[in-house]
Amino acid sequence: MTERVAIIGVGQTKHDACRADVSVAGLIREAVDRALEGAGLTLAEVDAIVIGKAPDMLEGIVMPELWLADALGAAGKPVFRVHTAGSVGGSTAIVAAQHVAAGVHDVVLTIGFEKQSDGNAMWALSVPLPFGMPVHAGAGGYFAPHVRNYIEQSGAPDYVGSMVAVKDRTNALKNPYAHLHQPDITLENAMESPMLWDPIRFVETCPSSDGACALVLTSEATADRLDVPTAWVHSTAMRSEPTMFAGRNSVSPRAGEMCAADVFAQAGITNPLEEIDVAEIYVPFSWFEPMWLENLGFAPRHEGWRFVEDGVTEMTGTLPVNPSGGVLSSNPIGASGMLRFGEAAMQVMGTAGDHQIDGARKAFGQAYGGGSQFFAMWVVGADKPTT
Amino acid sequence: MRDVAIVATAQAKSTVNSTLTTPELLVPVITSLFEGLASKGVERTDIDFWCHGSCDYLTGQPFSFVAAVDVLGAWPPIVESHVEADGAFALYEAWIKIQTGQAETAVVFANGKSSSGPVDRILALQHDPYTEAPLWPTMTATAGMQARAALDAGVVTERAMAEVAARSQRSAMSNPNALLRGEHDVDELLAQPYANAPLRTHDCPPVTDGANAIVLATADAAAKWCDRPVWIRGIDHRIDTQRLGARSLTTSASTAIAADKAGAGNGKLDLAELHAPFTHQELMLRSAIGLDESVDINPSGGALCANPQMAAGLARFIEAADRIANGSANRGLAHATSGPCLQQNLVAVLEGAS
Amino acid sequence: MSDDVLRLRQPIEVTYTWSAGPGSSGHMQALSEGRLVGKRCPVCEQVYFPPRGGICPRDGVFLGDDVEVGQTGTITTFCIVNVPFLGQEIEIPYVAASIMLDGSDLAVQHLIQGCPADEVHVGMRVTAVWKPAEEWSTTLANITHFAPAGNDEEASDA
Repeated sequence: MTERVAIIGVGQTKHDACRADVSVAGLIREAVDRALEGAGLTLAEVDAIVIGKAPDMLEGIVMPELWLADALGAAGKPVFRVHTAGSVGGSTAIVAAQHVAAGVHDVVLTIGFEKQSDGNAMWALSVPLPFGMPVHAGAGGYFAPHVRNYIEQSGAPDYVGSMVAVKDRTNALKNPYAHLHQPDITLENAMESPMLWDPIRFVETCPSSDGACALVLTSEATADRLDVPTAWVHSTAMRSEPTMFAGRNSVSPRAGEMCAADVFAQAGITNPLEEIDVAEIYVPFSWFEPMWLENLGFAPRHEGWRFVEDGVTEMTGTLPVNPSGGVLSSNPIGASGMLRFGEAAMQVMGTAGDHQIDGARKAFGQAYGGGSQFFAMWVVGADKPTT
Repeated sequence: MRDVAIVATAQAKSTVNSTLTTPELLVPVITSLFEGLASKGVERTDIDFWCHGSCDYLTGQPFSFVAAVDVLGAWPPIVESHVEADGAFALYEAWIKIQTGQAETAVVFANGKSSSGPVDRILALQHDPYTEAPLWPTMTATAGMQARAALDAGVVTERAMAEVAARSQRSAMSNPNALLRGEHDVDELLAQPYANAPLRTHDCPPVTDGANAIVLATADAAAKWCDRPVWIRGIDHRIDTQRLGARSLTTSASTAIAADKAGAGNGKLDLAELHAPFTHQELMLRSAIGLDESVDINPSGGALCANPQMAAGLARFIEAADRIANGSANRGLAHATSGPCLQQNLVAVLEGAS
Repeated sequence: MSDDVLRLRQPIEVTYTWSAGPGSSGHMQALSEGRLVGKRCPVCEQVYFPPRGGICPRDGVFLGDDVEVGQTGTITTFCIVNVPFLGQEIEIPYVAASIMLDGSDLAVQHLIQGCPADEVHVGMRVTAVWKPAEEWSTTLANITHFAPAGNDEEASDA
């Protein structure tokens, strides 16, 4: 029943704080056209389109995929919209892959985007509601207390967050599409960066970006016929849990642990640290790198920060994490998850350019959203999956 | 394709200006879904996949669907997804998921509290944000333009539209979930003043709050969970250009393609539940799908009698499936629409024991 | 091309009517009377304050009996907010904390004042400071903040 799924095109925009030079439609076409060019296909050859983005309030367009159908030449085709909070870029890619895996469509284009400069992101993510106490101050205010719990429980030194920021921003210098390019960042000046949501510093925080990512997914037969650089989907998984309940572990949510165990098991991976060559994980605040390393099973409990300190996650380390610069360097919310998935694919396709990890054969992409409660992950490989 | 069946359904009674929160609207729906399955020994942990349809702007809160996870009993964690669309599209995602072999069973659910805000104005924000949305083209205004075009083209008449309204409200008299129902004389309806010319009040849907849910299962699970499964024989959805000046407003090309791909013409249909919020749209949909007079149209009363945004399309599946499950029909069609003037359309063919 | 052609400003105004819902209205009514009332889940027996829409997020069922919880609790985690944002009603910097009130099983989010920010710590005992009673309405903002209770060692083991 399940068809093999190939990724034969990955496209992204230049991410920036304000892409005033393009409309929302122009932004997505920039990514779509690059993805199709890599695949050697045209829009006319696309059978179905799956679009994801975060809340519509970010741009002020209700269900923008309806309007965008024109810009995608979609008249007469299926257009499908996914919204799973911050994990949406990952879940959208998974839903698109399932269209192919199910044998329902042969060539599926999937897109994640956000044009945050068209609206007010801080407002759109924290609309003040009646009845509550508005203390959060955006996503940073929501996640900073989780980070504090992590630091206290693991005994991590305070500089680890800045180390991740320095690594990701330095990696981003090798990625021409990255929003932030900070050639002069050092651990010293990072540590002097102001605390926005103590214990999270300004430099340890993702930017607000305009950007899009697009992937072209096809059946095995079509990928074989086209003979272009290809990544193969080895496994996909999603898990969700409630935002909060009595006794919930919000530092290492069980949904994330279950999702990782599932996605690795499906791909036949028993030792992720050894078998995964490179990982793109969703790190909007730098402390989430060590937190997710533990949650995903790459690092033992309370030791994720040691991986950072020991350089394991550097581009030259055992498990390079976010060689693209990650969410810390570009955060078009609805695209951020798909960028993780797409960057993982680029690594095994050998098309990652200056941030290519030599010899990458298996890569991992992860996205999360909501109150660390929605998870989407995939494993992609240079070789066809054996199962 | 794997055989997939609808094995259980649940709906909240339609209301307006509900004082319940969205999760409070959903709890009884999900609870009754599983109460219905309890006799078969089915529990929530037996569900492989959950998929939800709703709209943040309708609720007035970003990430509004997140609170709905609270009603699922999502502990231990579940495999779950959400579409910013009608629940009928959530059903499509669940159907795809089952086709991949990664799930045998799924719960699909949807909610819409259309009365939370000015729904007509909110949906105007679906239009091109640079050139059209600033003009606030409301759903009723664009539907009125479409009706005018259809009247001028001779595709519909005001009498035929009033007949649709009268038949719908009459049918709704036996639907406890409907908001509007009653016996109306067509001439009396035609004597009513225009609300948004050429639309009269009876041509337009009521603002409705509602929620509903469906359980899908593969053949093996369906055999255990249900006495009379309703099989999804075909399902497809298509979109048209949104720009009202760039397409024929008097036909629905996307509906015709979706109906063809879903196999609507492969056998006699006993009934069709069409998601037509406006009377002229029902007439256009019947023509696009090729439904003749022998097909029972909207025996539930349709969206003209209860139109909970984001749940009204999934409601068409429930109304069709319930009639097939109880034996009053055997082969039926369910349709859902989205976007201005029937821009996007989903069609499925449902069948009882063949 | 000039910038005013490249971008235009299009304010969008939509007004909503929000329902508190029956699951929260008892809690809110109690707030207007100076009391902190949550609800107990009939399945897992945990006490939720606030009652989160009257639904147990773990079990997916309506919460049951009202339970009055303590005015004092323990900080489970916090952050110090230094970032301005639209709609902000609180002067920065401020301490936003998760507080497990005595008798509740879910931390509530609120402000900590009454001591220097760098003295706030996880495990700290804090107690509610209310506005004058004539200013009370049906909101948690009746409590201006939580202040140190000065008895950390008495922290409940909940």
